[in-house]
Amino acid sequence: MTRLVDGGLIDRSRTLSFAFDGKSFTGHPGDTLASALLANGVRLMGRSFKYHRPRGVVTAGSEEPNALVELRTGARREPNTRATTVELYDGLEAASQNRWPSLDVDVLSVNRLVSPFLGAGFYYKTFMWPAAFWEKLYEPVIRRAAGLGRAPDAPDPDTYEKATAFCDVLVIGSGAAGLAAAQAAGRSGARVILAEEDFRLGGRLLSERAVIDGGSALDFVARAEAELSSLPNVRLMPRTTVFGAYDGSEYGAVERVGDHLPAPLPFQPRQRLWRIVAKRCVLAAGAFDRPIVFPGNDRPGVMSALALATYATRYGAGAGANAAVFSTNDHAVAAALDAAEAGLKLDAIIDVRPALPDALAARAKALGVRVITEGEVVATSGKCLTSITVRTPRGSETLTVEALGVSGGATPNLNLTCHLGGKPVWREDIAAFVPGAVPPGMAVAGAAAGTFALADCLAEGTRLGASAASDAGFAASPAPAPQAEGSPTGFKPFFHVQGKGSAFVDQQNDVTAKDVALAHREGFRAVELLKRYTTLGMATDQGKTSNMAGLALMAELTGKGIPATGTTVFRPPYTPVALGVLAGHHRGIDFKPARPTPTHEWALAQGAVFVETGLWMRAAYFPKPGEKDWLESVNREVKATREAVGVIDVSTFGKIDLQGPDVGVLLDRVYINMFSTLAVGKARYGVMLREDGLVMDDGTTARLADDHYVMTTTTANAAKVYQHLEFCLQVLWPELDVCLASVSEQWAQIAVSGPRSREVLGKIVDGLDVSNAGLPFMGVAQGSVMGGVEARIFRLSFSGELGYEIAVPARHGAALMQALMAAGAPFGITPYGVEALGVMRIEKGHVSGSELNGQTCARDLGLAKMASTKKDYIGRVMAGRPAFADPDRPTLVGFKPVDRAARLRAGAHFLKVGAAATTQNDEGYMTSTAFSPTLGHFIGLGLLKRGPERMGEKVRAYDPVRGGDMEVEVCSPAFIDPQGEKQRV
Amino acid sequence: MRIPCPYCGARSSHEFAYLGDAAPTRPDPSAPDAAEAFHSYVYERDNPAGPMDELWYHSAGCRRWLKVTRDTRTHAITAVAFAGTGEGGR
Repeated sequence: MTRLVDGGLIDRSRTLSFAFDGKSFTGHPGDTLASALLANGVRLMGRSFKYHRPRGVVTAGSEEPNALVELRTGARREPNTRATTVELYDGLEAASQNRWPSLDVDVLSVNRLVSPFLGAGFYYKTFMWPAAFWEKLYEPVIRRAAGLGRAPDAPDPDTYEKATAFCDVLVIGSGAAGLAAAQAAGRSGARVILAEEDFRLGGRLLSERAVIDGGSALDFVARAEAELSSLPNVRLMPRTTVFGAYDGSEYGAVERVGDHLPAPLPFQPRQRLWRIVAKRCVLAAGAFDRPIVFPGNDRPGVMSALALATYATRYGAGAGANAAVFSTNDHAVAAALDAAEAGLKLDAIIDVRPALPDALAARAKALGVRVITEGEVVATSGKCLTSITVRTPRGSETLTVEALGVSGGATPNLNLTCHLGGKPVWREDIAAFVPGAVPPGMAVAGAAAGTFALADCLAEGTRLGASAASDAGFAASPAPAPQAEGSPTGFKPFFHVQGKGSAFVDQQNDVTAKDVALAHREGFRAVELLKRYTTLGMATDQGKTSNMAGLALMAELTGKGIPATGTTVFRPPYTPVALGVLAGHHRGIDFKPARPTPTHEWALAQGAVFVETGLWMRAAYFPKPGEKDWLESVNREVKATREAVGVIDVSTFGKIDLQGPDVGVLLDRVYINMFSTLAVGKARYGVMLREDGLVMDDGTTARLADDHYVMTTTTANAAKVYQHLEFCLQVLWPELDVCLASVSEQWAQIAVSGPRSREVLGKIVDGLDVSNAGLPFMGVAQGSVMGGVEARIFRLSFSGELGYEIAVPARHGAALMQALMAAGAPFGITPYGVEALGVMRIEKGHVSGSELNGQTCARDLGLAKMASTKKDYIGRVMAGRPAFADPDRPTLVGFKPVDRAARLRAGAHFLKVGAAATTQNDEGYMTSTAFSPTLGHFIGLGLLKRGPERMGEKVRAYDPVRGGDMEVEVCSPAFIDPQGEKQRV
Repeated sequence: MRIPCPYCGARSSHEFAYLGDAAPTRPDPSAPDAAEAFHSYVYERDNPAGPMDELWYHSAGCRRWLKVTRDTRTHAITAVAFAGTGEGGR
């Protein structure tokens, strides 16, 4: 056990049990998985990605590249979870990854022996050929060998939410600068959101022994948190990672609502995705402790010096029985001494500089910590660290330590400043990149901006918090910034120790200093090439800790210096975001909204089988007991409709109400045919084009009064046509006096079709004359049905039979269906679904979505004669292009299989009989097919070159995808009742 | 991205449908060069790096067509008005 005897922000009065790789341990509330493992003396936490080297934790935050574990089990198993950010809970179960058979003994660690072949670019060099080997051999082997965690193999049982928040000032990070900024902005009355990735506010202040306003840093954090909590205009969001900055001052964030619990609380999501709309933002994301590249720097026990200190001070966990620190800067030395004061047995501080500042040297002396100046760690040993070799100009020596804290200085955490394209700029005085151009409305405070001294962070946070509030329109009273003692910030830029042995630059992707040198030698020197060739910085940690070192090494090799070598730009997300939270509720049945029709419940009770058409759930067919398949049901429905009467809910058609004196003019301009001349009480079939001359949609539009029309559109295009009409009215012809309203949801519409439909209808109307004379074909009647329900009755036919569509307010839709079923019972009325609807329209040769496919003009569909020559309409000019009048264009005709028993398939291509199946010989394709129970064989509609001139000709229908190849006979697309007599009786 | 709709105020771009360049105007269909003019109207578009007038439709809001001036390099929106009439500009 390496738990320190006291101290730390953990609740030692309570004990939590947890398991790692099946072994039981205990920790305390306030621990992370990483701190609890260290406190239990567990330093080996995983195996590396490529070489399967033993690895331990190297940071205490979300930048962690190494300590990735599988958290939880079963359906909740979450791979590649950083142990440093997992809040410990009772019963937590975690497992190490990428090892077999066990973490301690890993067979694939032999990869290390062949590492000369696994260097930079090994993918490109080794697995180039033969190509056929890639899928069968290389990829599966690589995938298994280089795997990280395993995804769960069962559906995620938890829920996720999405939410939007608005604020005046978003403060990201709650360290010294962030708290000061939130206080300054919050006091002005501005709506402030303070987002903190950790479960506890305070940032580095939780780990450091600083004096602020005469008290401890922890007292300052507690006071600030209490004040911010008391302000109604401030919202504190711990456990919330702002992962991206987006256009328009929007920020993406994930709140981990239930991740710190074994399972989310009832009715609580696991995580919540936030879109935060902020007028201003203060980024106070702090800095990363920069690693130093030296031989053996990936051994478990070697970690960031600030992490080593954090584990000791914040978590009361020693990273080893004893420790040393290898540093280049005062901040790390001070943090190490804080850790020693917290009880960590710190044997030595090895600093690359000739001397430490007097104050730090005196503190070290008082604590009995040996200081080795001008020292470099040149080697380490042990599976987990047992000793280090230190070289100074005075000679070298070996120190026996279990933990080594390493710090090469601070790398400002400026990731979010790059998300809109801002490029970091180099500051020589601090040897670091700082934010360049930042997203509009963002200001950067504290270490993220390269401001490292505590007093300066507090002052900068206060200043930028106040100015953000005032920019957002709030008078920020100039309150003094919290005061802190001066902290030494001396440092020496130092990145790389020369020496033998693997020195790792990117621990997550196993990129070594040698790989960088190889990339340099092979010419991949530009930083973007270096990154892609070696995969440096391309792991899930996006190189937060490794990019800087890689860049410095390349700069060393090219001799060009770091700013000239360049920097990579960070992209969202800042840390990995689970797909589940991006999906939110939109999964499974809720992937998109479902629109049930007004008769949905009724159809359900009839045993209907449903199909999604757009967002609508429609009845596909209504199987009866004893029917062996869907085709039998559909055939029965078609026959019943053609011989007696059938009924179908057609409410899904788009319905648009148009009113005003200029509706007729508008319709004349959007349809190819005339509507201004349509008589009141009549309906007409219309076709509309896009401006490029291709068909956009079709439907029936009726005139209810002089200045009142109602249009129907296809189900799929309802929204598109509505938008198009608004475009015409608002953009093209704002002078037209027309009002539009979508009434698709407001009116239920049910079609009654078949020779007996008039008799059925007659039973439910309230005294309306529905005789052939009273309500002729394409006539419209308005009145009431079922004893007082407002109704519109359109005498239309999609099936080709005598038919009516009855529209009633949607709330009466189900009642209307039941009334029709009751009235039609003596005639054997049969409900039918969209399958039978499709069969009947193909039998009639009516075009539908398969023909209105965005590639056909009116002439292709045999509708050219509808086009008026007396007016302009949308698409008219472009439809007149010569290519659209080319007689060679595939044009709509019908098809019958020569072998009447054969099945036709939509998608088959037409060829002349005997012609080779080449693109040059292609003559068109089949668009729709169905088995016609009326004719007793398959029929099809399709587009064929010069189709109408080729009636009776046999062509080849070639369908290589499904192995179809047969002769079909060209015929009229109207397979039954070509004169349309049945619908006019 | 946020679009300041003259009716509804600043709203998420998710509420809007994008059409494209607002510059082309529908040519006179009876002009002798109508075929060429319509070809240009339908197909030819500039692709400026900088401010551009675009048509956006507030489909999940007031259903107004808007002319939005957006900088294609930064996505900064500098002006919004109702398309067609130019009213409600801001």
